[in-house]
Amino acid sequence: MTIGEGGSALALVALALLSIVIAAKAYTPEYAFHAYLFSAAGVAAVFAIINRYYERPVEAPPLTIDGKPNYNMGPVKFSAVAAVFWGIAGFTVGLVIALQLAFPVLNFDLPWTTFGRLRPLHTSAVIFAFGGNVLIATSLYVVQRTCRARLAGDIAPWFVVLGYNFFIVIAGTGYLLGITQSKEYAEPEWYADLFLTIVWVVYFLVYLGTIMRRTEPHIYVANWFYLAFILTIAVLHLGNNAAVPISLFSPKSYIVWSGVQDAMVQWWYGHNAVGFFLTAGFLGIMYYFIPKRCDRPVYSYRLSIIHFWSLIFLYIWAGPHHLHYTALPDWAQTLGMTFSVMLWMPSWGGMINGIMTLSGAWDKLRTDPVLRMMVVSVAFYGMSTFEGPMMSVKIVNSLSHYTDWTIGHVHSGALGWVGYISFGALYCLIPWLWNRPLYSLKLVNWHFWISTIGIVLYISAMWVSGILQGLMWRAYTGLGFLEYSFVETVEAMHPFYVIRAMGGGLFLAGALLMAFNLWKTVNATVSEAPADLKLAPAE
Amino acid sequence: MSLWSRHAIFEKNSIVLVIGILIVIAIGGLVEIVPLFYLKNTIEKVDGVRPYTPLELAGRNIYVREGCYLCHSQMIRPLRDEVERYGHYSLAAESMYDKPFQWGSKRTGPDLARIGGKYSDEWHRDHLKAPRSVVPGSVMPDYSWLAETNLDFARMADDLKAQALLGVPYTAEMIANAAADVVTQSTTDSPDAVDMAKRYPKLNARDFDGNPARITEADALIAYLQMLGTQVDFKLYDDKANIR
Repeated sequence: MTIGEGGSALALVALALLSIVIAAKAYTPEYAFHAYLFSAAGVAAVFAIINRYYERPVEAPPLTIDGKPNYNMGPVKFSAVAAVFWGIAGFTVGLVIALQLAFPVLNFDLPWTTFGRLRPLHTSAVIFAFGGNVLIATSLYVVQRTCRARLAGDIAPWFVVLGYNFFIVIAGTGYLLGITQSKEYAEPEWYADLFLTIVWVVYFLVYLGTIMRRTEPHIYVANWFYLAFILTIAVLHLGNNAAVPISLFSPKSYIVWSGVQDAMVQWWYGHNAVGFFLTAGFLGIMYYFIPKRCDRPVYSYRLSIIHFWSLIFLYIWAGPHHLHYTALPDWAQTLGMTFSVMLWMPSWGGMINGIMTLSGAWDKLRTDPVLRMMVVSVAFYGMSTFEGPMMSVKIVNSLSHYTDWTIGHVHSGALGWVGYISFGALYCLIPWLWNRPLYSLKLVNWHFWISTIGIVLYISAMWVSGILQGLMWRAYTGLGFLEYSFVETVEAMHPFYVIRAMGGGLFLAGALLMAFNLWKTVNATVSEAPADLKLAPAE
Repeated sequence: MSLWSRHAIFEKNSIVLVIGILIVIAIGGLVEIVPLFYLKNTIEKVDGVRPYTPLELAGRNIYVREGCYLCHSQMIRPLRDEVERYGHYSLAAESMYDKPFQWGSKRTGPDLARIGGKYSDEWHRDHLKAPRSVVPGSVMPDYSWLAETNLDFARMADDLKAQALLGVPYTAEMIANAAADVVTQSTTDSPDAVDMAKRYPKLNARDFDGNPARITEADALIAYLQMLGTQVDFKLYDDKANIR
């Protein structure tokens, strides 16, 4: 048995034993349930390690076979499948909570199905479960391919993908049971945060270790973005979740920061969860999958250098634009606004570099719906990175803040940019990983158009409802009284909430088509001559 | 050698790249966060802001547990319509003991920063139980189970201790009386209320949920809602003294 196997098994046994003690003495049944989950997962992992030890060859897998790198794609496959699963789950919960806002009876008068508990389930499922698994799958694929090296670590890559998905289960079930610290996009409690920290450090080490093994002299640009994403998320996670639990046997903790400082730390985290999780990481995807798919080099190497460093430098400053006109001191608000406006430029640098990579291959947009999906995703990125700086201007923000306009803005980025680049990457990655052709391009086309209509319905409904509500809140009668009571502005939102839910339903329908298509791809019987190799007639 | 080729040091050396990224991402956060801890004008000097009573803190923890902040802000901006709709704009001092802060980012429902004292306990009871019974156009979920769930407050001293460790001025006396204070505050005309009000000025002590037989989660949540935004006396507050 190797040191890695033995050490991991011992650590997992210790975790399982500690969890049983905690479960026995837990203050709440919800926490005891989580402790049992931890001990069950620990025991299962120990069995898996021992089982693997008896089944595996004595020698460690070779780094190269016949001079070619012996890539380790098992964990990548797991994460890719998990991404599809969590995507469907997250979109479904999103549709449910959209319907709850239109029809509140759907809260069902039960603690665990209220909007307040399901909303974090939706955001975490789409951002961290779907987005996170896409990032882990693509990053572990890209780093091996662009470095021409096998993934570092033996058990470690498996610990990363399984541990991360276990964290998702703990976080998600916790929300439903009322375990949350109610910091937006950082809801999991202290013990889930601690576990995620360990997983994330191992992820970083696996990633960096693979880069260090590279046989290419240069580190490819996609890896700069992935590395910035992994590092910065670690820093943000530790800073924002600093907390003191009231006891080892209680899920409850109190954040170290308070009030205005906590607000600043939270949005330093929150905006850079957007900036580094949902942007830098997915730019890494863009820089590998778009050039690969259209078979063209990245448009400009110099632009990628400039926009990489300026993007990561400027993004960190943008947090205070979530706190305009609040009790945060004005100097911080002004800094946040200024840097948010500046951020427009490096964002568009990335968009230009992505879209212009198609130079000389524009015709492929007609014939390849996967590439079209990725290019439209970059266009959505450009649109929402214009809208964002505009909304961070204080005078605009005084209208848009607290309204659905923010929700619409987030979704033009999340559904358009993050969603589409992820779908595009999955449509490329799963056929590559399983080494068989995609089941149907026609279905991809359907997916593209159905979900595009969904996105358009979603974001235009939210523009109208957001601006309408913002204007209604500040409307005055001729006599100088506020014209509308608050609940009148709530009632005015109803039709737009219905349209939004329809948009979300279409987006979910598109994703179900994708799941079906990828399922058929993986389960296809491989024939010697794939059918789609025959020449297509010119159109 | 051109400037572009100098970039190769980052592309050929992973540790240099890691260090470069760490330095570049550290600057903005340090400049924006660190001064908030030592600039004296970050938090206004005001009278009246005290730590939450154990019952209010338990109520706040229910507010946190249910994710109320996802639809209700607690931050009134200094804009004409907000000040007229909700009251004086929020001060940083008013949330200085909030762990975590609950300013929120969305108003599907109205702001709650100054909800305290605006409605009766009975209104809150009805509203939490079935929001549409008092506000027909509301889209808020029913929280009827709160009034049926006993408040778990036996270990409230642990909560106060953890907060005291983090700088919230809970005294040893407050910590020692934590659980007893929950009972005192949720009982109408409790003889201990006078003594408790010495520890927690502006104390609201009564049976909030209309069920004297039990101390429920509704007791705690309503006690919290009824104190929100009421600690600072804005008749005495001098706006000009705290211009930042």
